[in-house]
Amino acid sequence: MAKRRLIELAHARSGDKGDTSNIGLIARRPEDYPILVREVTAERVKQHFAGVCLGEVVRYEVLNLCALNFLLHQSLDGGGTLALKVDPQGKTYSTALLRMEIDV
Amino acid sequence: MIRIANGQGFWGDSLEAPVEQVRRGPIDYLTLDYLAEITMSILQKQRSRDPRAGYARDFVEMIARVLPDLKERGIRVIANAGGVNPAACRDAVLDAARRQDLEVKVATVSGDDIMGRLDDFLARGVELKNMETGEPLSAVRSQVESANVYFGAFPVAQALARGAEIVITGRVTDTGLALAPMIHEFGWQADDWDKLAAGTIAGHTVECGAQCTGGNSQVDWESIPDLADVGYPIIEAEPDGTFTITKHSGTGGRVDVATVKEQLLYEMGDPREYITPDCVADFTTIHMEQAGPDRVRFSKIRGRPATEFYKVSISYAAGFKAIGSLVYAWPDAYKKARAADRILRQRLERLGLYFDAIRTEFLGANACHGIAAAEPTPEIEPHLAEVVLRFGVRSENQAAVERFTREIAPLALNGPPVVSGLGLGRPRVEEIVAYWPALIPKREVNPEVSIWPSED
Repeated sequence: MAKRRLIELAHARSGDKGDTSNIGLIARRPEDYPILVREVTAERVKQHFAGVCLGEVVRYEVLNLCALNFLLHQSLDGGGTLALKVDPQGKTYSTALLRMEIDV
Repeated sequence: MIRIANGQGFWGDSLEAPVEQVRRGPIDYLTLDYLAEITMSILQKQRSRDPRAGYARDFVEMIARVLPDLKERGIRVIANAGGVNPAACRDAVLDAARRQDLEVKVATVSGDDIMGRLDDFLARGVELKNMETGEPLSAVRSQVESANVYFGAFPVAQALARGAEIVITGRVTDTGLALAPMIHEFGWQADDWDKLAAGTIAGHTVECGAQCTGGNSQVDWESIPDLADVGYPIIEAEPDGTFTITKHSGTGGRVDVATVKEQLLYEMGDPREYITPDCVADFTTIHMEQAGPDRVRFSKIRGRPATEFYKVSISYAAGFKAIGSLVYAWPDAYKKARAADRILRQRLERLGLYFDAIRTEFLGANACHGIAAAEPTPEIEPHLAEVVLRFGVRSENQAAVERFTREIAPLALNGPPVVSGLGLGRPRVEEIVAYWPALIPKREVNPEVSIWPSED
């Protein structure tokens, strides 16, 4: 087992719905998708975003796109115009997730 | 096959994109999205000051530029540029056409504005609960500034069937703008769930403009050609519900499985349940393949019956906020910015100012990601060239927020060294207009389609 940064195996895009951020995580190569499914669990994502995501993390598998979709509840300081954040829509959370180190 | 182009991903997107979509190659329909969730309240305020305002003026200027091309090429336009005043937008478009001695048939889709009916709904037990928090609307009723139902594609398709060359809507879903021409051209029915889901997913793919054609795309981003001339997306739709996403040849950008997948997952909830007024689309059924350079083909999409509800977008006044910033330079920029943050908080407390929220971020250190893994290491930290202290407050109390704005500048002379960035002046106090998503039974509201000049 070796440690790899998620950015080597995946790309991502994030967006918002109110105070919930969504991060779509996509395997660069289909053969790496099972590694993402195994390693990038909802629990690990919650841990990775400690202090940022104050609510639940929900994960959906999208096998046909070799992708995982994460919902990070209560992670945008109230969301939309209420938020005082420089990134109130969590647009940069995509690459925040890609910082994660996983076992390959 | 019909070609449906997107020329605008949001109000504020490129002014040239719709013009290029019309002139750089063949299209049948041009769709444009102007309405973000908060836009409606801004437009509502404009209309309250001027009964002829309350729509996207940019749209009228754009139409004036391209109307001769539209007429010559037989391109029809669908835009939710009507905001809270589709009729005024229509009149402005008709005026622009008259000035060029051109005739054009314009339809409006309205009925989405339920601002005047809110109390009636609440009295009858339609609670318009916040979809996220479950709170009833009565909690913020007195602060509501706008309330609009999201209609789907069918009223737009009806306008097309009645001969409209330009369809101006109020609050219609982004996906509905692109789905409508497919319904109209291919005769899709209200229970053709798979086809409606396919058209919806096509609409979702293009609704953010160039975000599916290489813009904001991560894979090999440096090799994406000529983003200066990025092509906006085009759907080549087939009657059987299959479609291809592409862009005009000769434009920059890239359409491949990677750029398209990123957009598919954008703002996604449960991928099996993408709910629109028209259907429930299942993103896990998408089959997608590269079908040539800058062409991605979609097939096998499945959908399920639409729900009994429309989504409602309500905006309400939610207090005030202000955000100020100061730039701290090497050495120990981060440490100094943190010290300034502590001092500022102490001063606000001494002044007896209390806020619903105070937030500090350190741009250049770890503001965007904000997670532990993104913190600068102890070795790097003292050497950061600069760090921006960004300090924001929020309160119902406007006076407290005003007072806060006077506390940023003094730090330049009476706080830690060495600091810049006062050029922007005192922070501006902003009125917060917040978003309240709700559901309403479909039977409570009806879209209204009208055509000008009238048919008879």
